[in-house]
Amino acid sequence: MRQLLSGNEATAIGAIKAGIRFFAGYPITPSTEIAEYMARELPKIGGVFIQMEDEIASINAVIGASASGMKAMTATSGPGFSLMQEGIGYACMAEIPCLIVNVQRGGPATGLPTKPSQSDVMQTRWGTHGDHPIVVFYPYNVLESFYLTVKAINTAYFLRVPVILLTDEIIAHMREAVELPEEVEIYQPKRKKKSPEEFLYYSEETIYDSEVAYFGEGYRIHISGLTHREDGFPTNKPEVIKRKLDRLKRKIEDNKEKLWDLEYQDIGAEVCLISYGISARTALEAKYIFEKEEKRALGYIRLKTIWPFPDKPLRALLKSAKKVIVVEMNQGQLINEIERAISPEIEIIGVQRYDGEIITPEEILAVI
Amino acid sequence: MRKEIRIAGTGGQGIIFAAIVLAEAAGIYENKYVTQIQSYGPEARGGASKADIIISDQPIYFPQTQELDILVCLSQQSLDEYVKKLKEKGTLFIDSYYCKNFNKEKIKTYAFPFSLVAKEKLGRELFANIILLGSLARFTKIVSIESLKKAISHRVAPQFLAINEKALMLGYEIDQL
Repeated sequence: MRQLLSGNEATAIGAIKAGIRFFAGYPITPSTEIAEYMARELPKIGGVFIQMEDEIASINAVIGASASGMKAMTATSGPGFSLMQEGIGYACMAEIPCLIVNVQRGGPATGLPTKPSQSDVMQTRWGTHGDHPIVVFYPYNVLESFYLTVKAINTAYFLRVPVILLTDEIIAHMREAVELPEEVEIYQPKRKKKSPEEFLYYSEETIYDSEVAYFGEGYRIHISGLTHREDGFPTNKPEVIKRKLDRLKRKIEDNKEKLWDLEYQDIGAEVCLISYGISARTALEAKYIFEKEEKRALGYIRLKTIWPFPDKPLRALLKSAKKVIVVEMNQGQLINEIERAISPEIEIIGVQRYDGEIITPEEILAVI
Repeated sequence: MRKEIRIAGTGGQGIIFAAIVLAEAAGIYENKYVTQIQSYGPEARGGASKADIIISDQPIYFPQTQELDILVCLSQQSLDEYVKKLKEKGTLFIDSYYCKNFNKEKIKTYAFPFSLVAKEKLGRELFANIILLGSLARFTKIVSIESLKKAISHRVAPQFLAINEKALMLGYEIDQL
């Protein structure tokens, strides 16, 4: 069935299809439609929607629900995402899977509630303290908002990590006509086979796709933000600490080839545009205008996976490029990461905008 | 074919709802590519509100309008601000109840008192948005009136369907009132 949906609606529908049955959040523009959809639909299918007192409580409710065996998520925007950082770090350390949707608006602080921005890219990576890997996906249209939400949830529960779906005000509020599938492939966590006496919540036998037990099932589960042993209790032993942090890192390192998702066209061209989210739509428009006028190809790469950063595939794709133009709605965030990843021989320039208006194709064409 | 349409006015006039119905009529019931985006201030009502719809036979990448084919203004402020965005051969619709100040010599203009018609014929001004959609179908043929009817029956609660259909037809026949 073809339907007209916004990116936020597609995200909410995708989340329920992927098994989300718990949503805790605090409404904030431009993410509110996700909470609205969940408030309306989750009770109909036996799920739980809670509007919490703030975003700190929201992320903690999500963590609690997930540890109790529910697929759980929240959705927010910049100011709320900042408040959630402590909880996200806790979910990393405690290995509690969940989905956090951050629909970006202008910042810092309360910034521009109704205007688009892409200035939380680095915050998704390093917003919470401590060494930790993170997975972030970023859709560029309504249909992809659906599919990347499903992928984000499956990834979170497979790896047992918090996963962030990053979008922006335009992708979230824009409506397009789409056809969504009835069913999607869902990852179901492996259930515990060991007895309560033998079971270890953080068993080193597996790093991901692990057997899980939930709160309330009669198993000894100790979840802590303190660096811990396999049984969840705190440790100060250097070798155990290192194993724990290596374990967190390996969750993503071992799986990054599967997590990396890029779309590209005409990568043999001398000049290549690199972008993501709403700005990638401008880049694509610029590419087609350029090719029509100049009768030669312009390369185009779009990142659907922001973190782990797809350095290896980018290097490979840009082997013959002479110039790279990074298009993003911030003062230059992912451009630094790209510069680090690619050959120093390649000229790299940014097209950046951070005045609440989206970048136009003309602004890109002006620097090719 | 790529048509860029903007509906603009004041928050509370149903600007975004009208844009959704139009996008749905074209995108679902006429199988076109559509994007619909909007912009509004931090306030819920009273601030400036605008919604853009692009209807195309080809996939749409850049979702923002650049040169409007059709501009609909339900407030003087929106008219003053956006009329320069209209293509030379574009079509302008204005709610003459709110837009008093306009020299329409050079632009193809349809001026009707959408809000006044809504108030007098249907008892409430808030039907102006649906009335203007009827007029758009009639004078621009950007979508058919049948597709608009289908979109409205999908978007409006059953108890309000009859009055919204009436509003749509009032707009379609607005030059005969």
